[in-house]
Amino acid sequence: MENYLNNKDDLRVAGNNVTRNSYVTVTIDGCEIQAPAGEILAVTLFVNGYRTLKYSPRIKEPRGFFCLMGSCQECVVLVDETITPACQKLVQEGIIVKTIKI
Amino acid sequence: MSKVIDDNVQKIDVVVLGAGPAGVAAATIASEHGADVAIIDENISGGGQIYRAPPKEYETHDSFKSPESYEGDRQRNYLSNSKVKTYFNYRVWSISQELVVSTISANGLKSWRPKALILANGALERIIPFPGWTLPGVMGLAACTILLKSQFVLPGRSTVVAGCGPLLMSVAYAIVKAGGNVSAIVDLSSKSEWVRVFPKMLSRPDLLLQGMKWLWKLKNEGIKIYNGYTVTKSEKDNDRLAITIAPFNHSGVNTDPKFQKLVEGECLAIGHGLIPSTEITRLLKAKHKYDLLKGGWVPVIDDEFRTSIPNVFIAGDASGISGAFSAVHKGRIAGLSALRDLNMISLKESKHKINNERNLLNKTENFGQAAAYLMRSRPELIKTITAETIVCRCEDVFRAEIDETIVSGAVDMNQLKAWTRCGMGPCQGRTCADSIEAILTSVVGSRELAGQWTGRAPLRPIPIEQIIGDYSYSDIPIPESAPL
Repeated sequence: MENYLNNKDDLRVAGNNVTRNSYVTVTIDGCEIQAPAGEILAVTLFVNGYRTLKYSPRIKEPRGFFCLMGSCQECVVLVDETITPACQKLVQEGIIVKTIKI
Repeated sequence: MSKVIDDNVQKIDVVVLGAGPAGVAAATIASEHGADVAIIDENISGGGQIYRAPPKEYETHDSFKSPESYEGDRQRNYLSNSKVKTYFNYRVWSISQELVVSTISANGLKSWRPKALILANGALERIIPFPGWTLPGVMGLAACTILLKSQFVLPGRSTVVAGCGPLLMSVAYAIVKAGGNVSAIVDLSSKSEWVRVFPKMLSRPDLLLQGMKWLWKLKNEGIKIYNGYTVTKSEKDNDRLAITIAPFNHSGVNTDPKFQKLVEGECLAIGHGLIPSTEITRLLKAKHKYDLLKGGWVPVIDDEFRTSIPNVFIAGDASGISGAFSAVHKGRIAGLSALRDLNMISLKESKHKINNERNLLNKTENFGQAAAYLMRSRPELIKTITAETIVCRCEDVFRAEIDETIVSGAVDMNQLKAWTRCGMGPCQGRTCADSIEAILTSVVGSRELAGQWTGRAPLRPIPIEQIIGDYSYSDIPIPESAPL
């Protein structure tokens, strides 16, 4: 099996098969993170280990993205203080992303 | 106020909702016959979920492309070379009885009032709940497909792929191809079910061969495939998920309650088939019927894809699950019917062209129907929803509460919603409707008696300040006082 992974912890498939040409910087919960331009924000959060994006309303259990196509609303986060489904948003230079802590 | 809105409504011949295979086919054929057509999609480009495009900033090596990526490129090029006006990143949030289609985008609000409305809004994934299905790391097979094929990202360092239908093998193969690990494939379909659909699959030897190639590769990798099994529980175990599976027969009955097996992975990708999306046709109060082999509730249509609402047409998987190849022909038929009703094509020409498309549709539907059979709803599967399982994720409603409410006398879906809040959260019931209908049906006897949730706007949650836009307090017209 050819190793397409940059390293074992990186879930982004790389090697000679996919070239991510440019990167942007986004701030997630106060940390500056580089992400490939064109990537879906929910995916950037996922590969950087932000698996819990919000808590459920009644029993407060952790939730992460589920459908990734704008239907389930489980991946909503604050992007520049506006509540946004992270799966419907591409990363952009300078955006400030906050996961929902309540 | 109503005048302010009316001024912004753009009149047009045809609006197509959804730029997947059906929408692109419907829009382009209508445009080629002289109709003024707008196509609207909430995604950033055409192709739908099946042909979703990778980011334009990425370069992908040819060896990493699949037949689907070429077909997607072909459809996107076809659309961009046509006269169809495209509105990507536009989200439809309401459609009125007068067919005013209201959208929101980065450019603000925009509305159209088409003479004909063609719905090509596709399907949702069915995922029957089980304890632990709400854990981060559990995702739909469709979500997993998006990660792999459009983002080139693995769902985890190891993945359990579970559910039913052809997406299972497709996702497992995509993981292996990308260099990831599949720890197990848990297929609800038994080997005899696959044998049963084999003759229909022979209608597309190319796809059948592709499937066999995937299966051979997966077996060659030493991946264990559990046929006739389903996931009954998923628990967090450090950074992994411990997943319990149990044997279920083809009607979804646990055949050996004592026999359980544990598999594990960082991710569980699971899907129990596709459901036609009815949120818009319910909002428009179109007639629906329940058809198990079409994936669930579908709008009632005539043989030229007209719904029960005048000037509203439907195409693609939203009219019944039968796949991307059928969607193209359904889309063309819907487009031709719309042209006929707008008097932009002669009766003779429309009949002739629709007949041609229907012949092609009959051929492609065989394969689609085989896939739909494997993805059908299994009523007994609701047994995996234990009393302590959350059924409605948005509002944390447990199975026990649904059952108690039914015992207390709730007899239809809207009563269940009013009493428990199930389906009342931000997803508008898209995620849980099918499971809750199945639970209620097991008591009241039929899907028809259980009914469907009333369709409501907004179709997607939208921030209120975006709807208001720059409309301010001073813009509110103050009527002159009535004479005393």
